[in-house]
Amino acid sequence: MATASDFTLAELLICACAEVWRGDGEVLATGIGVIPRLAQGLAKLTHSPQLMITDGEAYLTENPVALGAKNHEGRVYAGWMPYARVFDNVWSGRRHALVGPVQIDRWGQANISCVGDFARPKRQLLGLRGFPGNSINHTNSFFVPHHSPRVFVSGEVDVVCSVGYRRERWGSGIRQDFMRLHRIVTDLCVMDFGGPDHAIRVISLHPGVSFDAVQAATGFALVKAADLVETAHPTEEQLAIIRQLDPQNLRSQQIKGNPPGRRA
Amino acid sequence: MSFDKRMTASEVVATLRDGMTLGIGGWGPRRKPMAIVREILRSDLRDLTVVAYGGPDVGLLCAAGKVRKLIYAFVSLDFIPLEPFFRKARESGAVEAIELDEGLLHWGLRAAAMRLPFLPTRVGLATDQIGKAYPGLRTVTSPYEDGEVLLAMPALKLDVALLHVHCADAIGNVRVYAPDPFFDELFARAAERCYVSCEQLVERIAGDEIDARFHLVERNRITGVVHAPGGAHPTSNVDVRSAGCGYGWDGAHLARYCTLAEADDGFAQYARTFLHGDEAAYQAAVGGLDAIRALPRQVF
Repeated sequence: MATASDFTLAELLICACAEVWRGDGEVLATGIGVIPRLAQGLAKLTHSPQLMITDGEAYLTENPVALGAKNHEGRVYAGWMPYARVFDNVWSGRRHALVGPVQIDRWGQANISCVGDFARPKRQLLGLRGFPGNSINHTNSFFVPHHSPRVFVSGEVDVVCSVGYRRERWGSGIRQDFMRLHRIVTDLCVMDFGGPDHAIRVISLHPGVSFDAVQAATGFALVKAADLVETAHPTEEQLAIIRQLDPQNLRSQQIKGNPPGRRA
Repeated sequence: MSFDKRMTASEVVATLRDGMTLGIGGWGPRRKPMAIVREILRSDLRDLTVVAYGGPDVGLLCAAGKVRKLIYAFVSLDFIPLEPFFRKARESGAVEAIELDEGLLHWGLRAAAMRLPFLPTRVGLATDQIGKAYPGLRTVTSPYEDGEVLLAMPALKLDVALLHVHCADAIGNVRVYAPDPFFDELFARAAERCYVSCEQLVERIAGDEIDARFHLVERNRITGVVHAPGGAHPTSNVDVRSAGCGYGWDGAHLARYCTLAEADDGFAQYARTFLHGDEAAYQAAVGGLDAIRALPRQVF
C-alpha cells in the first residue's frame, strides 16, 4: 500500500497507536482520548478485526462509530458492555488499554492521581481511576501527546497508580506475570520496554526527530534500539479510514498547531 | 402497619444523622440522586463519610461542608474531567481522602453486600493504592498451595445508600432503564438502608418479562421511595426505552457551575442562585421540568 505524501503528526500518531493492538486477538481494546480512540477503530478496520470495541458508552459494536455524531441514528450493537463487564474483562486479562498518564517513570509506573503530597496535593488530578487494576491484570500502552521531562520524570512518579517493573514494589508472593507494558507512543517517537531489565527503549523515531532530541526531552536515560527505524508513515488507505472515523477533523485539535507529520 | 415506602426527600434526610456513611449511586455526571443530595445541602447534617463514583453530588457536599471523609475512585464531570469543588476540597486538605481503584471500590461494596470482612484481589498491589491512597489496606496470603499474596479489600459498609432510578412503586420495586446501571445494585446491597428517588412512581409495577430484566435490586433492599421527576438534574438520566422520562446532563448548567466554582465564594453564589428554596424552586431556576426532560442525551 502506497504511503501518503502528505499527513499530519496527529495522523501519524493515530497509525502508530493503532499498531499497539496488532496481534492481540479477541481482547477489549480501549483507547482513551481522541487519538487513541481513532486508533482503536483504525486497528479494528485494518489489521485486527478480532478486537472488541465499544461505542464509547455501554455497548459493543463491530462498526467503529464516527466521532462527533449528533445522535445515535444508525448505530448497531453487537452486545452490552457495562462497567461491571469491563471489570470482568480487566480482571481476567482480556483487555489492552491505551491510556494517557500525566507522569511516567523509568520503570513504566504511571500517575494520573495527583501531583505533590497525596494528603494535600499541589494539584489534584483524575484520581486512581482504573489504573491499579488495569495494570496488574492486562496489557497496557501509553500515549503521550507532549513528550517532556515533566511527563517522563527523573525519579519515581508522585503517585504510583499503575504497576511497573520496579522490583522493590513487588513483595514476595505477588504475581507479576499478568502485567505487560507494551508500547509508549509520543509526539516524538515510539518506545517499548525491551531494554535490559525492561528499560524503556526507543524503537522508532518520527520523521525529522533525532534520538538525542528524544533523550533531551526525557528525565531518565533511554535505550536506543539496535534496529532503530523511522516510524511508518500512514498509507492512503489508513488516512481514508481516519477521515471516515473523524469527519469533523477533531484530530486536528489534538496536537498544538496541528503540525505536519514530517518535521522540517 | 401499612406496606407503603413512599416518602419525601426531606423525610429521607430527616432519618440521616451526623457522622453517617452514605453511598451515592450513579457515575460522575450520570444518574445521581441530586434531589435528595440538594435536600442534604439544605440540612444541618455534617461529618458525613461519602462513598461514590463521584460527580457534582460529591463536589456540592464537599463545598457545603458536609463531608469529613471521602471514599472515591474519581470525582469527575466527564466532559470536564475534574470536579472543581472536589479539587478545592482536596487541595485545601479540607476532607480526609481514601482514593480507590474503580474496581476495588466495587469489590469493597460487594464484600459488604456478602457480609464478609474483605474480598481478595490483585488490584492495588505494587502501587501506592496501599499506603498513600488507603493507609489501612492489608494483604492476605492464599491458604492453598499457590501461596499467593493478595490485597484484602475491606468491606465498604454503608449506613445508607441513595440512588436515582427511572421507575419505582409504592412497595419498593424499582426499574433502571439506563444504558449502564453502574454499581447501584451493590450500593443498595452494601447498605443498611437504601432510599431511591425516581422519575415515575406508581402504585404497583406490573411489567412483562423483558421489563423485569431492568429490575435493579429486590425490594427488600429498598427502604423508601421518593417521587422526584427531573431529580437527577444536572446529571443525566438516560432512558433506553425512550419512554419520556430520560434526559442528558445539563452541560450549560455544569459549565456555569464550574465557572462559579473558581470564585472564593463560588458555592455561596451557586447556592444563592439555585438552592435558595425547595426542589420546585430549584427546577424553576434551571428552566423547569419540561426543559430538564428536553435535555438531549450525550453522544460519545
